[in-house]
Amino acid sequence: MGGVHPHDNKLSADSAIEQFPIMDRVYISMSQHLGSPAQPVVQKGDYVKTGQLIATASGFISANIHSSVSGVVVSVEPYKDISGNTVTHIVIDVQGDEWESSIDRSEELKREINLTPAEIIKRIGDCGVVGLGGASFPTHVKLSPPPGKTAEFLIINGAECEPYITSDYRLMVESPEEILIGTKVMMKALGVKKAYIGIEENKPLAIEKLKSFNYPDIEIVTLAKKYPQGGEKQLIKAITSREVPSMGLPIDAGVVVQNCGTAFAVYEAVQKNKPLFENVVTITGDCTQQQRNFRIRVGTPIEKILDQVGRLPKDAAKLISGGPMMGKAVSNISASTVKSTSSLLVLTEQQTKRQPEGECIRCAKCVQVCPMGLEPYLLNKLARLGRNEDLESERVYDCIECGSCMFTCPANIALLDYIRMAKADVLKIMRSRPKK
Amino acid sequence: MGTTLIFTIVVLTGLGVFLAVVLFIIAKKFNVQEDPRIDLVEAIMPGANCGGCGYAGCRAFAEACVKAGSLEGKFCPVGGNDVMMQVGEKLGVAVEQKAPMVAVVRCHGTCDNRPRTNFYDGTSSCKIMNSLYSGDTDCRFGCLGGGDCEKVCPFDAIKINPRTGLPEVDQDKCTACGACVRACPKNIIELRNKGPKNRRVYVSCMNKDKGVVAKKACSVACIGCRKCEKVCPFGAIKVEDNLSYIDFNKCKLCRKCIDECPTKAIWSVNFPVRVPKPQEVADEVSQVIEKEQ
Amino acid sequence: MRKLLVSPSPHIHGNESTRKIMRDVLIALTPSLLVSIYFFGFSAIQLVVVGALTCVGVEYFIQKYLMKIEPTVDDLSAAVTGVLLALNLPPSAPWWLMLIGSIVAIGVAKMTFGGLGHNIFNPALVGRVFLLVSFPVMMTDWSIPTSWFREGIDAATGATPLSIVKEGLSRGETLETILAAHPDLSYIEMLFIKTGGSVGEVSALALILGFIYLLVRKVVRPHIPVTILLTIALVSGIFWMIDPTQYTDPLFNILTGGVLLGSIFMATDYVTSPMTTKGMVIFGVGIGLITVLIRYFGAYPEGISFAILIMNSVVPLINKYIKPNRFGKEVKHG
Repeated sequence: MGGVHPHDNKLSADSAIEQFPIMDRVYISMSQHLGSPAQPVVQKGDYVKTGQLIATASGFISANIHSSVSGVVVSVEPYKDISGNTVTHIVIDVQGDEWESSIDRSEELKREINLTPAEIIKRIGDCGVVGLGGASFPTHVKLSPPPGKTAEFLIINGAECEPYITSDYRLMVESPEEILIGTKVMMKALGVKKAYIGIEENKPLAIEKLKSFNYPDIEIVTLAKKYPQGGEKQLIKAITSREVPSMGLPIDAGVVVQNCGTAFAVYEAVQKNKPLFENVVTITGDCTQQQRNFRIRVGTPIEKILDQVGRLPKDAAKLISGGPMMGKAVSNISASTVKSTSSLLVLTEQQTKRQPEGECIRCAKCVQVCPMGLEPYLLNKLARLGRNEDLESERVYDCIECGSCMFTCPANIALLDYIRMAKADVLKIMRSRPKK
Repeated sequence: MGTTLIFTIVVLTGLGVFLAVVLFIIAKKFNVQEDPRIDLVEAIMPGANCGGCGYAGCRAFAEACVKAGSLEGKFCPVGGNDVMMQVGEKLGVAVEQKAPMVAVVRCHGTCDNRPRTNFYDGTSSCKIMNSLYSGDTDCRFGCLGGGDCEKVCPFDAIKINPRTGLPEVDQDKCTACGACVRACPKNIIELRNKGPKNRRVYVSCMNKDKGVVAKKACSVACIGCRKCEKVCPFGAIKVEDNLSYIDFNKCKLCRKCIDECPTKAIWSVNFPVRVPKPQEVADEVSQVIEKEQ
Repeated sequence: MRKLLVSPSPHIHGNESTRKIMRDVLIALTPSLLVSIYFFGFSAIQLVVVGALTCVGVEYFIQKYLMKIEPTVDDLSAAVTGVLLALNLPPSAPWWLMLIGSIVAIGVAKMTFGGLGHNIFNPALVGRVFLLVSFPVMMTDWSIPTSWFREGIDAATGATPLSIVKEGLSRGETLETILAAHPDLSYIEMLFIKTGGSVGEVSALALILGFIYLLVRKVVRPHIPVTILLTIALVSGIFWMIDPTQYTDPLFNILTGGVLLGSIFMATDYVTSPMTTKGMVIFGVGIGLITVLIRYFGAYPEGISFAILIMNSVVPLINKYIKPNRFGKEVKHG
């Protein structure tokens, strides 16, 4: 159902993952995950090692944060994130690169899983692993289904349906077995017998690599190339034919979905005892000098990363953290990366500048492409009028904000701007109602 | 011929009587007992249905007034004391007088004072912009210029000045209904005392960042230096979170703080232009001469 | 520091525009236009040019001087209306008839509702029906003007197949005798070139060519035209089987009159057709049914214009009650 076909533009697909140099100073955000910010446990002047715990989870939905470098803590202060909002950061002056001794730094693959399910979940939580698909939901929470609900399948999301981004693709090509072991680890934690890895058909090399290993209970599924194929609900539907109910979670359909980057991070956390403090970031754009994939330490300033590929080109108009369909525009380039930064994309004005809005010609293209079966033209109109009750009965809360409607609109109407706002308002109203 | 006429008259009369009975029964059965005073009170209301009183519209407010039996906590900001007095008379209850209020925009980050650091390219709406990021300047507390206040104002009293990018309130049209106050996602707009002869003194800044950061983002930002707090003879000024606030109930409009403020973040409106005393002019002239020498 | 653009996602656009869509519709109409010009010569050119220019002019005037907004005639939607209206008139229609029709189409049917996207009825069809009821003689004068391209070809035919049949039946003749008297009413002739009919109805093949172009460019979806044609075939087939001497056969009904022009270019008009696939099917079935009923039992020989306009008026209801298949079961909450 629905979907659009933006141009692929996987410019950096053939560039192998390179280790990004460590900068002089890193700024590690305390809010790198969904939920409440982590509590710093180090102070100004402390010496920390790479991989050392520097902030602990506060509350049920939260995650630990580890130092990505070794050095001296300079300050624990609010700094601006990519959107200009202030968040507490731990600033560390780098001295060498001394790792925590507990981390297994050998190249060797560790296949056998020795920990019990409860130990696995605890280890994942301790290592601060979060979902790397975009929402940064703490992984250990996702692997502990609420009482009364059980998972039947685990789905690993390797669709990477957003144009430009190649970080997941490179990871699947370069570390296929690590991802498979990570998947096995999560299967053990969840107690499921069957897992699927869904990959879009435009990544034949990744499919071939993953299929070349013998993991009989992990099935590699080739998916049609379509945006948003990697949307959680769409992926579940494509692989299991099950539909997640409205307002429901994947677990309501008996499924847990994890990103393939997360599977890799889980492997490193559980098998190698390495906390999540570095991740693969694609630096790309048609106008940049180079399109490359780097493994970057968390907290590296974006400015410094751009310097490495030859600064921002002259005709750069927008910098996006993430993909062009759902990524976030960066307003503050001195901000630093977080665990879930998957891509830094530079677009030119011609590619990204919005055209003036026209009149809706009721072409129904938005209705056709909506992957959730909604009517964006109607929601947009109701949202502009502030008719929250009608919006609720039209199920605005089901919107996954994929942007397909706005991508396809011939009248350049800012459909999603208003629908997103209305969705937030309506959800707020619904949550404020007393539960029966 | 004759029979047709008689037949027609009989049928029509019969129909008329029958329908009258039906109408009568329906009117009796579905009669709604309503306090007639609601209509009276509603007639007094300005009829703007702005919601400034906190009710859905003028009728809802009238109903609430009649039902409650007292006017405590009820006030129509548009009609002001006059209308409330009339309502009080009609209902025979006491009315509390309120000082007239006006909406005040507490940001002076014009394009000159507060340089833009990026360009917003989305829908022109403060609400959407605010949920996306901190804004197109380095000040994350200041006006976004999206014009949500202008859109909600039922009285056409607040308008974005295209030159400064900031909203300006027409104090004659403003009824202090508070629609703009609720619409502003940055909480910049405040209802303040209209003041004697419309004279007001207020801090035109909402920046709670530290002085250095604030000053860097905007040349007229409050830097929280506390000079105003110290100079105020009436204890009307409080500095909290690096931001000064003048309590309009305590302020006596002496304007000492204005001269003291190093960033000119405190504003006074509707005061006569101050004519310098001869001695002051002489001092200034001599200072200029000294400098030039 | 460089000043970047910031906006909510998505950050790229699919490069479609109203103008491009309208341009594609005009391109799809070109085969039919060429055939008409070949067949009717200057009168076809005259009607199309007058129609397009008047429609664009009226829209420009109304937007600029009455609505006082920036004119949007460069989106080509007015031009499409003008060309479509021209294709719906008899070839012998004078230019001033076209002028009046265009003014009604844009001035009354489109701009009074607020312009592009707000009109309930298809403007070109409103223009045509207005002319049909106001100038019934001129609008049913099917005599064929001379053309430079086809001198020497017999141009005597003065009626459409539908009106020939309607008149014959009303005289009490049976279909067999009517068709025997008119050997030129063969399917082959209808498919390629038929002599009687309005400007755009000349060649069914040219219209189908346009349809294929629209489908390839994904400007329209096949649902509406296909359901209209299927419904017409089905309903007329039932009647035909009951009494083949009184009711024309399905193929005849599809190839004659404005069915193809109407179902491909008029019923698929974005503004006046439903938003959902299910709605489109309902819309198409309604049009097909009403068309056949008017043809068989109505006073007019042709009914598709009325059928589309009638169904246009139902579209808001269809949009309100026919919803797309939502993703995920709704869980009752609260």
